[in-house]
Amino acid sequence: MSTQATRTRGAFAGRELGIVIALVAVVGAATIARPSFLSAQGLHDLFLNASIIALLAVGQTLLVITRNIDLSVGSVMGLTAFLSGQMFLNDKDTPVILVVLAGIALGAVCGAVNGALVAIAKVPALVVTLGTLYVFRGVDYAWASATDVQQVNAYQMSPEFLSLGSGSVLGVPNLTLIALAVLAVAAYGLHNYRAGRELYAIGSNPDAARLAGIPSGRRVFGAFVVSGALVGLGGVLHAAYFGTINASVGTGEELSVVAAVVVGGVAIFGGSGTVVGAALGALLLTTVTSALPVLGVPAFWQRAVDGAALLVAISLDRAVMLRLAARLREERGRRRAGGAT
Amino acid sequence: MTATRPLLELRDVHKSFDAVRALRGVSLELLAGEVHALAGENGAGKSTVVRIIGGEHRPDAGELLLDGEPTRLRGPREAQRHGIAVIHQEPSQFPDLTVAENVFMGRQPLRAGRRIDRAAMRARTAELFDSLGVPIDPDRVTRGLSIADQQIIEIAKALAAEARIIVMDEPTAALSTVEAERLFRVARRLADGGAALLFISHRLEELAALCQRVTVLRDGALVTTAMMADIDRETLVRSMVGRDVELLFPGREHEPGEDALVVEGLTRSGVFHDVSFTVRCGEVVGLAGLVGSGRSEVARAVFGVDERDAGTVTVAGRPLRTGDPRAAIAAGLAMVPEDRREQGLVLDLSIERNATLARLRAVSRLGVVRRARERAVAGEWAGRLGLRFRRLGDPVATLSGGNQQKVVLGKWLATEPAVLIVDEPTRGIDVGAKVEVHALLADLAARGIAVLMISSELSEVLGMADRVLVMHEGRLTAELDRAEATEEAVMHAATGGGP
Repeated sequence: MSTQATRTRGAFAGRELGIVIALVAVVGAATIARPSFLSAQGLHDLFLNASIIALLAVGQTLLVITRNIDLSVGSVMGLTAFLSGQMFLNDKDTPVILVVLAGIALGAVCGAVNGALVAIAKVPALVVTLGTLYVFRGVDYAWASATDVQQVNAYQMSPEFLSLGSGSVLGVPNLTLIALAVLAVAAYGLHNYRAGRELYAIGSNPDAARLAGIPSGRRVFGAFVVSGALVGLGGVLHAAYFGTINASVGTGEELSVVAAVVVGGVAIFGGSGTVVGAALGALLLTTVTSALPVLGVPAFWQRAVDGAALLVAISLDRAVMLRLAARLREERGRRRAGGAT
Repeated sequence: MTATRPLLELRDVHKSFDAVRALRGVSLELLAGEVHALAGENGAGKSTVVRIIGGEHRPDAGELLLDGEPTRLRGPREAQRHGIAVIHQEPSQFPDLTVAENVFMGRQPLRAGRRIDRAAMRARTAELFDSLGVPIDPDRVTRGLSIADQQIIEIAKALAAEARIIVMDEPTAALSTVEAERLFRVARRLADGGAALLFISHRLEELAALCQRVTVLRDGALVTTAMMADIDRETLVRSMVGRDVELLFPGREHEPGEDALVVEGLTRSGVFHDVSFTVRCGEVVGLAGLVGSGRSEVARAVFGVDERDAGTVTVAGRPLRTGDPRAAIAAGLAMVPEDRREQGLVLDLSIERNATLARLRAVSRLGVVRRARERAVAGEWAGRLGLRFRRLGDPVATLSGGNQQKVVLGKWLATEPAVLIVDEPTRGIDVGAKVEVHALLADLAARGIAVLMISSELSEVLGMADRVLVMHEGRLTAELDRAEATEEAVMHAATGGGP
């Protein structure tokens, strides 16, 4: 039985390994086509591109493992990015830390709205966040039009803020460092704290979670708030990195995030998956995007390739599950037969 | 028994769900150190008592006392905090998490910084399983474990929580004799350690062997609480059923006719294997077995809801294709599923609409349902079934469980089947309605319909069936005719004892 347990866990660790292999393959192919793809600058860019989406994917993972989802992340990101711009328009010397905290707070408030509707009003997350996707984006546009701000540009922001987005430490981009720090904290928390394990329990069997006395509503609400806060941070970092903000920042981002999470092996019906997997999923998808033009594939194929990666990932999950189920059935059958004789 | 102090007490508890009065003045005392039996038929209110003790429901009237203090449990979590553990009939695990995590969910041992101490958790889980005498790897995920193993995990959970009031809701329903014995040893040890146990089981001999006192419920009301030693089996059964058991089942003579349903070598890999049997016209065949033995799955495969991997099904001489319920209905097969609310009825639709759902073609012209015809057909069947209702246009949800079941039966009988498969025909309906459903089934058999009846209630199988088929873990382990079919013989075969 212990060998079986090892194999079961092996299957889960196998997912991260699978992504790493796919990454190596994509990077390898791109490097053969253009050797500079794997240069220090190339790697720097790959990680930089993946950082914000990985940050969002970590937050999304917290929700997906509880059988929830947040489709409003793109809109929340747009809103918080726009908030950063507004703060600098107001006062170009606004301290960076204040902008970051304001973004996180606004994101958390948006998450709290989603969380309250899901956990207290008991509306399915898919519906709630589809609704708030439009509502938050609407607020964003309304704000832009009320203040008559079409776009905020780099020269209007403080240099310290811009260097947060573009700077690096020992060659590692700041954004990547932030994403890695968040990833480490989330991975550690999910693994080592009761609240973290309870998120898995809620997604694995909601009824059993209730019977086990887990405060499911509070946990799901908390996951929405934390995820919202991370999206808020993502919006601020987006503003700092690109230096140009308008009301449509982050449009369509939700689908990339969910794709990254699913490619990363987080079960869409909850209960299993890791934030590390989700972050690797984000890295894989953004790396594919960067590699396509290098490999001579027209850019408009990018979305199709994302979709194909998603389908491959889900098919693999399904195949692994079926094989696992078949093996468990066989093993039980064998034990029965053994017991009968 | 040295115990005198009640750890938990229910006083005159009432509880209703919509129009159904589930509990009407139930009182119950659980003493430290006793194993207390809760007996009653399905639908007597046992599960409601369990849910109230477990904090899932709150009584409408009456009170719950813990250590003599009136207490209001606001949820399962609060019940657990008071040392109450409920082991549910169907174990509820987190399939994606490890065994150790399942045992300690919500109460994991902690180390510095409120972090989970995984090493301690694993060690304590291993210890618990050692003390229970069961080798389950704490590190494997629970997906794929047998029901018996999952049950043991539930008990380990209660032990880990150091519960002092432990409710076991039919824990042995899916266990073999050996596994049940193992469970009893654990239960006795818990009681000896000063815990109070409430034990529910349909196997009366288990209650007699394990419990000191018994409380009997009938139709939501308290019948009696007695010392187990002072009550004999017949008295117990009579107080549960409220009349002599023979009266529950219509006496009938049968002259079995030709083979109506012939099943040969039916196999669905990993679920059941090589199941062969015959049901003749005018015959009631019981299909018995423990929960999870594959009874319902066989029925679903026969009807074609599930695909079969091997074997043949023949209805009235016509072989059926696999996975084609429409063809099965056309060939004269009808199935009343186990869960009528989920699978048998459209609760919000009217009685008449439900009753004619399975043969809309007969009541429509050019694809349009003719209301008058529909009403006539439904009215005719309602009369024949003895259905109690206000108006045929009322939603089915307003009917009692027994009458809902009659609508389901009526729906299929309207197709004039040659073979009727009923899965748990009287689950959750009151005794009076049960008698009527039994009479209805007997009447159908007398009119030449072949009836295959799946039931967990042994008395129902023994009382109704001309022949009894017994399944154990996906295999047919016995075929007993009426004379051979005793409770002992069926249980023996159902727990894998072999013929």
